[in-house]
Amino acid sequence: MPGPRYRAADAALLIVEPLDIFTAVFHRPSGTTHLLNEPAPQILEMLADAPLDAAALLDRLSRQYQLDEAEGADMLYARLDELEAAGLVDRL
Amino acid sequence: MRHRISLRVGPVGFRIGSDWRAPIAALDALYRDYPRPDFADYTVRLEATSFWRRWLRPSVQTLGDYHLPDSAPLPLAQGLLAAEMGMNLQVALGHRRHLLLHAAVVARDDRAVLLSGVSGAGKSTLALMLSRRGWRFLGDEFALIDPVSGLAYPFPRPISLKNESLGVIPPDSLTGPHLTGTPKGEVRHVAPDSAAIAAMDVPARPVLVIFPRFGQPLALHGMAPTETFVRLTQASTNYVALGEAGFRALTRLRSDVPAVALDYPDGESGVAAVESIWSQL
Repeated sequence: MPGPRYRAADAALLIVEPLDIFTAVFHRPSGTTHLLNEPAPQILEMLADAPLDAAALLDRLSRQYQLDEAEGADMLYARLDELEAAGLVDRL
Repeated sequence: MRHRISLRVGPVGFRIGSDWRAPIAALDALYRDYPRPDFADYTVRLEATSFWRRWLRPSVQTLGDYHLPDSAPLPLAQGLLAAEMGMNLQVALGHRRHLLLHAAVVARDDRAVLLSGVSGAGKSTLALMLSRRGWRFLGDEFALIDPVSGLAYPFPRPISLKNESLGVIPPDSLTGPHLTGTPKGEVRHVAPDSAAIAAMDVPARPVLVIFPRFGQPLALHGMAPTETFVRLTQASTNYVALGEAGFRALTRLRSDVPAVALDYPDGESGVAAVESIWSQL
């Protein structure tokens, strides 16, 4: 059974301000500012165009970062859970 | 209330009422050169803690449109301080027209330097000393940043100096009474020079943010964008309340204006450092 797919919150709901290794993201519906560090902003960006499942996301992230397969998956699920809790990512 | 006064400081009008004459008389003297508006944005009330405490060991409770329910009353001799704290509180908790930053602001040629820091960082002392060297004083408590234009609007309240800083008060200044035994130690308020008050409707463009720290060996540090962003959010009393307007105003200030952290051992070297940074802009 395929895993869930994820998509970023509608771009109109977010104001993204890259700073340095951190990116400030203002979430309009909640009025909350989030400070994201790598690779959370990159995950958001990858999920902006079309929904992806975790395997496809991990594949794309692995092209940018040196990720150990098992640790990379753990990290990705942790970030996705955080982004989902913040309302920045939806699970489909 | 029996005694009252209305004052305007920059874009903010205050109405202060009191059970006693003395705090109002002290405000009237200290704010001698400020306009007396017909309209007030905020009300501060200095009330006796009970009917008898109006006369018997008189004790001032600071109330108003916004107040802290658990704040301790002050003796009547510190009534001016109670009024000043009440005025600060109205703005800190109620003001929404500008992004508020805990900062002193001085300007040259309508280009402003924001000195942002916690109490004790030396904001007020530096601002007073700079104002005696040709800088225009815009405020020692809050920078009011217009969310649309990004300009800093003056809020030139009397400068609140404490303890060791009292020695820098110029002898020709208009001051409030020397208050002792306050929760902040010894306190004295100094009215800004009349030019600063006369220009209190003239905004200035922020061109430099300094995070000063008093009592440290002289050192100047650059700041990473995230560090500046976080420190500005911490310095703001209404960033969250302003929502998107606050985020946009703060990120604009962060991206447009360079920021540095300045450690300094004493007022003279702090002033010299600010002027040195300024000359290199």
